[in-house]
Amino acid sequence: MNLTLVRHTFQRGETRLSSVLLLLLILAISWLLWSGLYKPLVMSLGVLSCLLSIYLAHRMGFFRNNTNLLRLMPRLPGYWLWLLREIIISSLDVTKLILKPSMPISPTVVVLEAEAKTDMGQVILGNSITLSPGTVTLDLYKGKVLIHCLTSESAKELQKGEANRRVAALEPR
Amino acid sequence: MIDFALDILSWILLVLGGGCVLIGGIGGLRLPNFYTRIHAASLTDTMATILIFVGMILQAGLSLAAIKLFAIMLFLLLTGPTATYALANAALLSGLKPDDGCASDAPKANNLPKEGAGE
Repeated sequence: MNLTLVRHTFQRGETRLSSVLLLLLILAISWLLWSGLYKPLVMSLGVLSCLLSIYLAHRMGFFRNNTNLLRLMPRLPGYWLWLLREIIISSLDVTKLILKPSMPISPTVVVLEAEAKTDMGQVILGNSITLSPGTVTLDLYKGKVLIHCLTSESAKELQKGEANRRVAALEPR
Repeated sequence: MIDFALDILSWILLVLGGGCVLIGGIGGLRLPNFYTRIHAASLTDTMATILIFVGMILQAGLSLAAIKLFAIMLFLLLTGPTATYALANAALLSGLKPDDGCASDAPKANNLPKEGAGE
């Protein structure tokens, strides 16, 4: 794979100071909440780890690409509830499959065209598919998602595209 | 009374979570090849994580510990699929064919994998 090309397309755009400060604020608050110790040594370690996280995020090109992270947040809880329902249903399916003596699996590979246009939407789609038992994302390239399904029924369910539609609806317009 | 009910509920969730881990383990042994075994692992990864953490949150009650447990659950649910993707994608890129159906991918005694074939 051409690594320089990937790097180039992922790291376009300007680093925005406002999003750097926002991430720093979130990291500082969560550190204070998590540690609960306010000694100088612990605090300075906290500052160090926050700055290290910011540097790593900067190296990943996070600040050049996160234009819609905050606007996506309010719609996430509703999506999580739907995803939780899907996870429970497919968990029961997979449990039944594994415990049946005959183990009636029919592994299928399908390609799904992601309706989500942004990188983040496509990552959410891929990870949601992996998260529900019985389907695993094998590859995500240029909006095409390659998925391995444990049964052909779950493949059909995916191709109806409800997950796809819901993830696309998450994206800010 | 309400404490007792919460205890019962959290124990049910914890036991169900433990059952999911067990079934995931059984699936990992029973399923025939790499790509199908990932599905069993994902049962442990997601359903067991959710059940066990919700059970622990009920034990923690309304406290900072409950918020921390919830956050840990979210982090696990966000990073788990990423790790699974890395594993599955590495297998795909190294040439393990995903469309073998139910065939076993264990190396046969007289047909050991060739150098670099990855099968």
